[in-house]
Amino acid sequence: MTRSLNRLALGLVVLMVALLVQLTRVQVLQADELNAQPGNQRTLLTEYSRERGPILVARAPIAESVETDGSLRYLRRYPAGEEFVSATGFYSVVFGATGLERTENAILSGDDPRLFVDRMQQLFAGREVKGGTVTTTLDANAQLAGWQGLRGKKGSVVAIEPATGRILAQVQSPSFDPNRMSSHDSKAVNDYYAELDADPDKPMLNRPIAKTNPPGSTFKVVTAAAALESGRFTPDSVIPGPATYQLPGTDVELPNWTGTECGPNGEVTLAEALAISCNTAFAWLGNELGDDALRDQAEAFGFEEAFETPQRVATSRFPEDPDASQTAQAAIGQFDVRATTLQMAMVAAAVGNRGVTMRPGIVDQTSAPDLTPLETFNPEEFAEAMTPEHAAELTGMMVGVVSSGTGSSARIPGVPVAGKTGTAQTSEDRPSIAWFIAFAPAQNPEVAVAVAVEDAGTNEVSGNQLAGPIARAVMEAVLAG
Amino acid sequence: MSAPVIPGRQVEQARSRQPTRRNVELALLVLVWLVGSLALLLVSMGAADEVVPETWTVIGITGALLLGIHLAVRWLAPYADPLMLPTAAALNLLGIAMIARLDIAEALRAAANDTDAPGSDALDQALWLAVGAIAAALVLLVVRDHRALRRYTYIWGLTGVVLLLLPMVPGLGVTINGANLWIQVGPFTFQPAELAKVVLTIFFASYLVQTREQLALVRHKVLGLGVPRGRDLGPILVVWAVAMLTMAAQTDLGTAVMIFGLFVGMLYVATGRRSWIVLGVLLMVVGGLLAYTLFSHVQVRVKVWLDPFAYANDEGYQIVQSLYGFAFGGVMGAGWGRGYPQLVPFAENDFIFSAIGEELGLVGAFAVVVLFAILIQRALRTAQASRDAFGALLVTGYAIILGLQVFVVFGGVTKLIPHTGLTTPFMSAGGSSLLANWIILALLLRVSDHVRRPDPVIVRPDDATTEVVGRP
Repeated sequence: MTRSLNRLALGLVVLMVALLVQLTRVQVLQADELNAQPGNQRTLLTEYSRERGPILVARAPIAESVETDGSLRYLRRYPAGEEFVSATGFYSVVFGATGLERTENAILSGDDPRLFVDRMQQLFAGREVKGGTVTTTLDANAQLAGWQGLRGKKGSVVAIEPATGRILAQVQSPSFDPNRMSSHDSKAVNDYYAELDADPDKPMLNRPIAKTNPPGSTFKVVTAAAALESGRFTPDSVIPGPATYQLPGTDVELPNWTGTECGPNGEVTLAEALAISCNTAFAWLGNELGDDALRDQAEAFGFEEAFETPQRVATSRFPEDPDASQTAQAAIGQFDVRATTLQMAMVAAAVGNRGVTMRPGIVDQTSAPDLTPLETFNPEEFAEAMTPEHAAELTGMMVGVVSSGTGSSARIPGVPVAGKTGTAQTSEDRPSIAWFIAFAPAQNPEVAVAVAVEDAGTNEVSGNQLAGPIARAVMEAVLAG
Repeated sequence: MSAPVIPGRQVEQARSRQPTRRNVELALLVLVWLVGSLALLLVSMGAADEVVPETWTVIGITGALLLGIHLAVRWLAPYADPLMLPTAAALNLLGIAMIARLDIAEALRAAANDTDAPGSDALDQALWLAVGAIAAALVLLVVRDHRALRRYTYIWGLTGVVLLLLPMVPGLGVTINGANLWIQVGPFTFQPAELAKVVLTIFFASYLVQTREQLALVRHKVLGLGVPRGRDLGPILVVWAVAMLTMAAQTDLGTAVMIFGLFVGMLYVATGRRSWIVLGVLLMVVGGLLAYTLFSHVQVRVKVWLDPFAYANDEGYQIVQSLYGFAFGGVMGAGWGRGYPQLVPFAENDFIFSAIGEELGLVGAFAVVVLFAILIQRALRTAQASRDAFGALLVTGYAIILGLQVFVVFGGVTKLIPHTGLTTPFMSAGGSSLLANWIILALLLRVSDHVRRPDPVIVRPDDATTEVVGRP
C-alpha cells in the first residue's frame, strides 16, 4: 500500500497546488481587471466608505462629505449649490466624477501615493482613513459677483490673477445642483440627469473652459498686440478706417457697427480704432500683418494649446490657412476664430502682466488629511506674448476703451481699468455673444476678467451693456478683498 | 517504531520513552485559541467599531472546549498525532471568526432596514463546535480500538446509503437554497450526507480489507494496465449507481463526486491497481455527461462556470461576487471587517472561503489551504505508519474526503471548476458538517494513537509476527 499511498498523496498535492495557482490568478493576476469591472460594487463601496476630503475656497468647503446611515457611508455635499459647479463638478454613483472631483480624485479619496504613509499611520492608529484636502485658487467674492452677474443669463465668467495665472472666478450659467447629481439614489440621479440633458440651455456644459465661442471684437486686442509687436505700428499710427471695408477677393463689404467712418477722412489712430472698436481699421490691419503674424500672436496668448488647470480646457483656435478675406474677418474675431472664456481672460491678463502669459491654474494647494501641504501652486510662465513696452502701450489703449470708448460700463471710480468690448456673431440667424475682457488696476493689475454672455443682441453696445457690468463687479470684488 | 515483545518491566520503560507529544498539542492549541480570539476581537473592531458582547462568550466557549477536548485526548488517546487537533481547531476558530464577521454585517444591514437583528450564527457555530467536540470525545471513549468497527461492515454500508437517500423520503426531506440535502426533524434541519461520508468510509475500508486481494487480481493487460476481472466490477458499479442516485435525489453533484471519488481512491490504495483509477475516471465522465443531459441545474452550473460575467446578475451572481471578493482582497486582504464578504450570498456556508480571501487576502487563503494540507498529510502519514490495513484505509479515506471536499469547494468558489454545493470542513456554518468532521477527527486521532502507541505487552504471537513481516 505504500506505493499507492504515495501516489495518492501526490494526486492530492496536485489538487492543492491547482488551488493555489488559481488563487494567485484571481487575487493577483486578474485582480485589477476584476476590480475595474463595471458593476463591481466593492470598488464603489470602498470609495464611499472613506471620508472624502473637502474642496475649499479659502477655508470654506464648496464640496465636503457627510456621514449617512446608508450602505454608502459618506454623501457628497456642495454647500453653495450651483455656484461652483464649473470648478467642483459632481461626484455621482451613477455617472462618476467630473471637474476637480475627477481630476483631484487621488488626493480627495486618499489613494494618492503621497498619502500612503499617512494612510498607514491612520490605519495603525485605528483611525478612519480620510482623503486629503484640495484648496482652490478661487476668490469667494469674485465667484459670487460673477454668479450673481450671470443670474438669469446664459454665459460664463473667468477671472485670473495676472501675475500668477491663478483662477479667481470660474462661473457657468445656467448651472445645476451638484447635490442632486451626487445623491445615493440612483433613480433620482438618472432622472435629474435626463432632465438636465434635455434642457436646450445645456446646464451641464462647462461654459468657462469647455465651450469655445467666436471672441468678436475682444480679439482686436490680439490683433493690436500683433501690430505693436511687428514694430511697424504705434498706438498713434494712423491707419485707414472707412465706413466699409471690401473683403479682398470678394465683393462683400465689411461694415463698421456704427455704419460710419471711424475718423475724419476715413482715417484713425490705432488707439482710437481700438477704443471705438473700428472693424474696418482692424480688418485692414489684419491683412497688413498677415495671418501668420496673427496666429503667432494668438498662440503666444495661449491659443492652439490644450491647458489643464488641471481641468481640461478646450483648445482655442485661430484658423489654419485663411485667405485674405478670411484673415480680415479673423482679425476682428470672426470667421473661424474660437476662444474659451478662460482664453480671453488669459489675453487680458497677459497684457496686464507686462506681456507675459501665465499658465492658468485652479488648485492652490493639496494637503494631507492633517493639512500638511503636499503640493502648492507654482506660477509658471507660458510665453512672453509681448515686450513690456508694447504691453504698456496696449494697456494704455485699453484704458482708453473704458475711459472714452465703447467700454464705459466697466469704469470703477478711482481705479484705472483697461478693457475691451466685443459682440460676436455665431451665425447670421443666431443671436450674438456679448463679450467683455478687462483688467484692473491698469498699471499693476490684481485681476483680469473675461465675460461672455450668450443670446445677446446684435449690437456692438451689448458687450458694454450686458458683459461690462459683470466684469466690473468681479473686478470690484477682487479689489475690495 | 514497533517495539519488540519483551518482558513486563522493560515494556514500561519503553512506553515512557515514547513521547506522547500532548504538551506540544496543548501549546499549539493555546496558540490557536489566542490567534482565534484575536481574530474575533479584530473582526468586531473592524466591522462594528466595538467589541460586540457575543465575542467574549464565543472566546470563552471555544477556550473551554479546546481545553476539554485536549484533556479527553490526553486521557483517551495519549499517543495521538499532536498536530491534527490544533489544525482542525485553527480552521474551526477561523471559520467562527468569519461567521461572526458576517453576523455583524447582517446586524448592520438589519439596522439599516429597521428590521430585527438576526441571531448570532457565530454563537450557534460555537455551540455546534461543542456538540462536535463532545461527539469526538464520545467516539474516543467508545471506540477504544478502531478495529472493532470492522465487526459491523455491512451495517455501516447500509446506514451510509440510507443516510444518503434520506432527503428523498417524503415528509422528511426539505429543500433549502435549491438543494435537496436536508432532512427536518422537529425544529432541527440536518444534512445526512455529512454523516454518510463518515460511515461509508468505515464501510469501504472494512469491505476493501476483506476483498482487496481479489480486486487486485488481473487476467490480462491493456496498455500496461492490468484489467480487473469482469465479475469484480460489481462493487464499483454499485457505488457509482448509489452516487448517481444521490445526485438525482439532491439535484447536486457535490456529494456524488465525493462519495464516488472516495471509493475509487480507496480502491486504488487498497489494490495498487491504476486500472481502477482509469475506470473510475471513465465512470465519472459518463456520470457527469449523464447528469449534464438530465439535469438543467448542472447545465446552468457549467454555463455559469464558462462565463460567469454573462450571468452576473442572475445565476452567476454568487460566483461573480465571490471573484470580486477575492480580487478585492488581493495579496494582503482588506483586513478583518474591512471587506464586503456579505455581498456574496451564503458567504457563511459554501462561500466562506471567498470571505477569507477577501478579508485575509491571498496570504490568508494560502494559509487555509496549507492548514488543510497539513491535516491531510498527518492522516496519510498515519496511514503509512499503520500496522493494520483497515486503519490505514480508514484514515486514507478521510484524507481523500478532506482533499476532495476542499478541492471541490475551493475550486468552485475560485472558478477553477464548476461550483457545486459542498461545505468547507470545519469552517462552514452548519451543525451537520461540524459534527461529521469532528467525528472524522476523532477517528483520525484514534488510529494515529494506535499507530504511535508502543505495543502492549501481551499480544497474540501470530498477530505480532504478521505485523513485523508486514512492515515495509
